Amino acid sequence: MKARLVLFGIGALGFAAVWFAGARKLDPMGSYHGAYGEILNAVSVPERHSTNVVSAVNFDYRGLDTLGEEFILYISVVAVAAILRKQKDEEEEDEDEAPTQLREAPDSDAVRLFGVGLVPVTVIFGLYMISHGSVSPGGGFQGGVVLATVPLVVYLCAGAKTYLRIAPPALAKGGEGLGAAGYALIGCLGVLAGKKFLENVVPLGTPGEAWSAGTITLLNLTVGVAVGTGFVELISSFVEELLRKAEK
Amino acid sequence: MLGHLPYALAAWLILWGLYGIVTSRNLIHLVICLAVLQTSTYLILLAIGYKAGAVAPIYADMPAGTVAVDPVVQALMLTDIVVEATVVALLLAIAVQAHERGGSLDPARLCALKG
Amino acid sequence: MLAPWPVALPLVAAAFLAGLGDKLPRRLADAIAIGAAAITALCCALLLAGPPVVYWFGGIQPRSGTAIGIDFAIDANGAGLAVLSSLLILAALFFSLKYFDKPAHMFQVLLLVFLAGLCGFSLTGDLFDLFVFFEVMSAAAFGLCAYKSREVGPLQGAINFAVTNTAGAFITLSGIALLYSRTGALNLSHMHRMIAGHDDSLVLAAAALVCTGFLVKAAIVPFQFWLADAHAAAPTPACIVFSGAMVEAGLYAVARLQGALFGLPQLRTPLLAAGVATCLVGAVMCFAQRHLKRLLAFSTIAHAGVILCGIAVLEPGGLSGAGLYVVGHGLVKAALFLCAGMLLHRLQSIDELALHGRGREVPWVGVLFALGGLLLAGAPPTAMFFGDGAIHHALEAHPIARFAVTVASIATGAAVLRACGRIFLGLGPREPDAPGGGEQDEEPETEAAPIPWSMWVPAAFLLALAIGSAWLPREHAGSAAARMLDAHSWATQVLDRAQPAMPSPPPEEPLAKGLAHAALTVGLAIALALLTLFRKRLPEILRGPVRAVWNPLAGSLRALHTGAVGDQVAWLTLGVAALGASLVFS
Repeated sequence: MKARLVLFGIGALGFAAVWFAGARKLDPMGSYHGAYGEILNAVSVPERHSTNVVSAVNFDYRGLDTLGEEFILYISVVAVAAILRKQKDEEEEDEDEAPTQLREAPDSDAVRLFGVGLVPVTVIFGLYMISHGSVSPGGGFQGGVVLATVPLVVYLCAGAKTYLRIAPPALAKGGEGLGAAGYALIGCLGVLAGKKFLENVVPLGTPGEAWSAGTITLLNLTVGVAVGTGFVELISSFVEELLRKAEK
Repeated sequence: MLGHLPYALAAWLILWGLYGIVTSRNLIHLVICLAVLQTSTYLILLAIGYKAGAVAPIYADMPAGTVAVDPVVQALMLTDIVVEATVVALLLAIAVQAHERGGSLDPARLCALKG
Repeated sequence: MLAPWPVALPLVAAAFLAGLGDKLPRRLADAIAIGAAAITALCCALLLAGPPVVYWFGGIQPRSGTAIGIDFAIDANGAGLAVLSSLLILAALFFSLKYFDKPAHMFQVLLLVFLAGLCGFSLTGDLFDLFVFFEVMSAAAFGLCAYKSREVGPLQGAINFAVTNTAGAFITLSGIALLYSRTGALNLSHMHRMIAGHDDSLVLAAAALVCTGFLVKAAIVPFQFWLADAHAAAPTPACIVFSGAMVEAGLYAVARLQGALFGLPQLRTPLLAAGVATCLVGAVMCFAQRHLKRLLAFSTIAHAGVILCGIAVLEPGGLSGAGLYVVGHGLVKAALFLCAGMLLHRLQSIDELALHGRGREVPWVGVLFALGGLLLAGAPPTAMFFGDGAIHHALEAHPIARFAVTVASIATGAAVLRACGRIFLGLGPREPDAPGGGEQDEEPETEAAPIPWSMWVPAAFLLALAIGSAWLPREHAGSAAARMLDAHSWATQVLDRAQPAMPSPPPEEPLAKGLAHAALTVGLAIALALLTLFRKRLPEILRGPVRAVWNPLAGSLRALHTGAVGDQVAWLTLGVAALGASLVFS
């Protein structure tokens, strides 16, 4: 451990020196003058009818990044499920266990009541964020994460049984595949229309309305579905693992 | 000088995260240290894209031509966040399994491979 | 026209398989996965055959020289790496058909997304997009590495892999951010125009940070520690892609960035030094192993060093040699990993000493393994042989690097041939508890069973391809390499829509010289293998001095490879500092 710290200490000093030498040539914060951002701020509304420039960058001008990003999330969910999956010899042990032995709901009425109140608000908020991604702050990623908290609230307030009922793993898995494939397939629409991959080929609508900005809104929807179901699947993988352990 | 503070802070976070990983005796702690290292990239991206006195690049209720900060770094950051969240989830899943199979969360006691 | 498909097709197939995989009949799922990989290979091959193209996603062309969208800037080097990746994924998919006792559609999904990541990484012309596809590739690779999550070995390997690579990736991202603040651009060619001639300490520090993540992926000393842990523990079909394409992708990124973006001659010395160290460390560690997959993993490190030496001279000759070497090495190394996988499947072990003489049951695997060993040592005819010759030619002025490259070829070839002699011919005495075997044997994925065709056909196919690769058009590779290093000509094609003429290829080394060199390395590799196997019969006066040098050397190097993630990250910090300091303070 001591040798490791000496090694790290020398490295850290060198890193700091290199960083200092580089960063002192940076302009101080606040004096940004890059061309890229200026151009995008100027063209996003007239060209794409998207008043949220960040969404226009994510889902149109740099839409390929987001395709990759979505699949990073997607493959991580698959990988987590693969890592935590039941294995050969464990399956036989688990066979005769019914899911009814899962964690019961909490006794507190206050927690349950709070959950009941929270769920509809969260659902509406999440859907609003996804559908207005091209207009106001938010979008598929943010809204999807908000939506994914709904089953989590249900898990905390009503127990694992209800959780698995409202968010069955098969549905989450299907939704995730659909959302992820949807992004790539919307990208193909451009090719089908004789243009480039991920080209905006859907009518653009009026700036500032929810159904504007063409594919930006559609892509937001697919990302919302993929992120929402993806996080649910992620949570399910851990919850199932936890329950398996608790029962042992 | 003050204008360069965010960049110095970013280096501080990088080194602090690396130090945490180097000395960590617990995999969960180690994964969080990796997340600390990663927050430095948020800081530096946002600091670089910030323009004094500018608003957020959302033109829903402001006239075209209003000076806004760089939207690109914000889009990059969103990607960055997703990368971080997923890598953390992946590593936590591995940590859960390592605890189950190896009986310990201490990386020093995971020593099937060496030499 | 073809540009988006190497990314889009495997992704759609992967999403489809993951969503419906367990509802589909196993054969249909297998067919979809293999079909998608095969069509991807075909698309990439067509891109390779064509001229360099620039494809703007969303049809967002640059405006008055400013890139706004993301482009794929496809040249022969990138397309070639994509072809190699898809062929290796194809072989991995075939090999995994009977490799797991249970249906493994999740494994196939991970492989397909890995493929999309590799293809996007090789083709993209945008710096941040490069990072995104780097992470796509990494996330899939972490999952593949930890796939056998019942054993401690793969989990430890995956932790080391994921933590070091992710730390490296975030350091790369911070470097990208620094460059963005200077250039206000993310397109490689656009950035090049903004920094050309202004290589102050900011650009140099950023270059060091950006290269770090890719050098970690390429397992260059001192970032190499994770590789053996990850490769030794991952399922064999994943290993072939890790060793054959992923490590090389890291090196490709360094070459691509140097060529299209940085154009910094200052990079030559640190990269060459790192390449030499990597060759030597890999060679010694490879020769000291008895766990076959770990042995092959360290040989990959040594060969990564060779490839880096070729890139580091920053001249078309060395770079085209490196490109050819990558193709030949990827195919040969993948075949060797598949042979190790077959041994594990049939004989339930991959410990060289435990398998002493037991390989006689499967002589054909021995033939493939021996052939792989000879080709690895540099025997013609493969692209690796020509690449090796070109790298030597380019290193004319750097005798130390030439020596290191030769040592890497001899030691790795000798290690494989030694294992081959011991396992398949039963040469040498039995050494049940030879010292230095710190690693555990691997748990097999299946019950012992005869080797099915789906395992030996891919291995034989890869070796046949490796031999066929000797007839790749070398002038084409040469002019592509010259083009890759010409940032100005790239920028005019990407930003000004010009179609610059292809440069003429660099002069080649005379064939006779290459053949003589190959005869030397192969001969020495065979001799070294035999001497090691029969060392007990040598007189003590010869053995004594060798032992006095070898034991402390190998012992101390092995002691550094502790397998502890903390150590690996400490080395990583030191490596970034050394690379940065050598650029900024020189």
